[in-house]
Amino acid sequence: MRKSLRAGSVQWLLTLPSLAWLGVFFVIPCALVLLTAFRPADVYGGVGRGWTTENLTVLRDPAFVSVLWRTVWVSAVTTLACLALALPVSLHMARCGPRQRQWLLLLIVIPFLSNFLIRVFAWKSLLHPEGPLTRMLAGLGILTEHATLLNHVGTVLLLMIYTQLPFAILPLYAAAEKFDLTLLDAARDLGAGPWCAFVQIFVPGVRRGLLSAAVMVFVCSLGQYVIPQFVGGVYDEMFGNQISRRVFAERNLPQACVLAGALMLAVIVPMLASALWQRLARREAAP
Amino acid sequence: MDDFLVIDRVSKSFGSQRVVEEVSLTIARGEAFSLLGPSGCGKTTLLRMIAGFEQPEHGRILLGGRDITHLPPERRPVNTVFQNYAIFPHLTVWDNVAFGLRMEGRSREETRLEVERMLELVRLSAHAKKMPVHLSGGQRQRVALARALVKRPEVLLLDEPLAALDLKLRQHMLAELSSLHAQVGATFIYVTHDQGEALSLSNRVAVLNEGRVEQIGTPEEVYESPSSKFTAAFIGDTNFLTGTTVSAPHEGCVHVRVDGIDGSPWIVTHRLPQVLGQTVRLMVRPEKIHLSPQSAAVNEGMNFFSGIIDEVAYFGPHTRYRIRAGVHAITAQIQHGQPGSTLARGDQVRVSFHPDSARVMGMEVGG
Repeated sequence: MRKSLRAGSVQWLLTLPSLAWLGVFFVIPCALVLLTAFRPADVYGGVGRGWTTENLTVLRDPAFVSVLWRTVWVSAVTTLACLALALPVSLHMARCGPRQRQWLLLLIVIPFLSNFLIRVFAWKSLLHPEGPLTRMLAGLGILTEHATLLNHVGTVLLLMIYTQLPFAILPLYAAAEKFDLTLLDAARDLGAGPWCAFVQIFVPGVRRGLLSAAVMVFVCSLGQYVIPQFVGGVYDEMFGNQISRRVFAERNLPQACVLAGALMLAVIVPMLASALWQRLARREAAP
Repeated sequence: MDDFLVIDRVSKSFGSQRVVEEVSLTIARGEAFSLLGPSGCGKTTLLRMIAGFEQPEHGRILLGGRDITHLPPERRPVNTVFQNYAIFPHLTVWDNVAFGLRMEGRSREETRLEVERMLELVRLSAHAKKMPVHLSGGQRQRVALARALVKRPEVLLLDEPLAALDLKLRQHMLAELSSLHAQVGATFIYVTHDQGEALSLSNRVAVLNEGRVEQIGTPEEVYESPSSKFTAAFIGDTNFLTGTTVSAPHEGCVHVRVDGIDGSPWIVTHRLPQVLGQTVRLMVRPEKIHLSPQSAAVNEGMNFFSGIIDEVAYFGPHTRYRIRAGVHAITAQIQHGQPGSTLARGDQVRVSFHPDSARVMGMEVGG
């Protein structure tokens, strides 16, 4: 009895640092955002005294729904594209030898060594109307003379996928590395073609990695505002741009907090619900 | 014997390493055949080439007269029971067994009947709805067997089918596999490093060493008349002694003087064209050796010499002795209750064996 009590307290002590970290840098800031949403804005860009629900009116802005919808679908397409690209890459990495695998990992991580903004600007000059890609495509007659590759939702998607792809590959690779490759042999042996074995055996085999990759990419995409701002058109604004405009241009922190809080709840509530649902389903399945 | 599965001078390398070298085998329809050898002898690579997971560099593989060398695995009438069983962890037992039939596009009703029949055959009907993690090792193996057999393969490949099981279960599955083979009637090819498994499971055995076939024969042939030192040493324990042929009194009989042991030359009856004065290797299995006290009467026609017992190891049904005779150390295995089964360390003994129980090999064969 006494022994188990002590073991329990040791466990608590060991968890304390990470709990403290989570509390100070995640729970408290989130609570602050949610609280600030109900404060009035003051004229100097700060937060006033007292409480108000007036800020919530920004949610009734007609632009709000369309921007939210665009944010969700752009993020969803980015997530699907990243997963579709990362799945074969992760399988290939799990299959190849340890040496080749290290090289591939290095190649995937290398872009992180340069600043994100610099990479966005590099793309911008690459896709610029006077840039090499546009000229080449115009020369081949694929693009008309004055067309531009920039300021288009497709360009936003391209850069989003480019930026998020490593975040999909890494968790999927971690899952694929633990995947028993003889299962694919077994599937082929039992009459499945290569594609069928991939879809029916490999994809379910790495489903945990798939889930964490999807959450990672989707959540990161939702908050993205740099890419739409620099390579998107006027009508490609995403939710993050709305928030950043209220913080930097309009200097209305409480309204920014309302939007940020709404996005946060929109992400957290479905995730918690699905986690709860899964736990209930598991408890029911267990005898 | 009909030539059902023909492996015709097949070779395979990985990098600069030759794993399978000019292997030729002919396996009959319905036969139980074993590929036996130590790890790294190329037996698993050979199996994977028959299954279609590896392509040979040279040579062909024919099945029922058809060249299947370059056919992908999903289009061969060959199924495999993998060493780790490779059961799909996200599917139930039932779905694992049904997988192969679904791939063939069989109707739902047909699939249900076939899967039920097969689960009954391997006695897993009660576990159909279970997930593989909830199965024991023996049950997993039966799932792997059912999953492969439900496809009614012409050839079933089994890669170390018993290696992952504990001793008790292994003996049980040994009997089960033999009876399954009799019921199903397909050609079974086992890959194993365990000589006991190979000898008891199969009609014929191919002994492989460093990518080459050392010997092909029935279990009795490879055990009783190994054609090389490797086969003799790999299958069971063997005493090797070198000697010189001194005379050949009549056809099929030769006298051999063994180096380092005093006494009259030994008589060996073994059909081998012997040149007199040749250095040869004599091979005697430990269980063919008899031990008796030094004072006992000599049995007429037996080869005998004297020795001192160095080591005694008791194994229950039998006892193993290590006997020093001249410069040689001889191993003898005596069944419990036989004469000589109760000797002690340091005892002077007479070691004897029948002329029929020894084999003579040339020195060059098998190194």
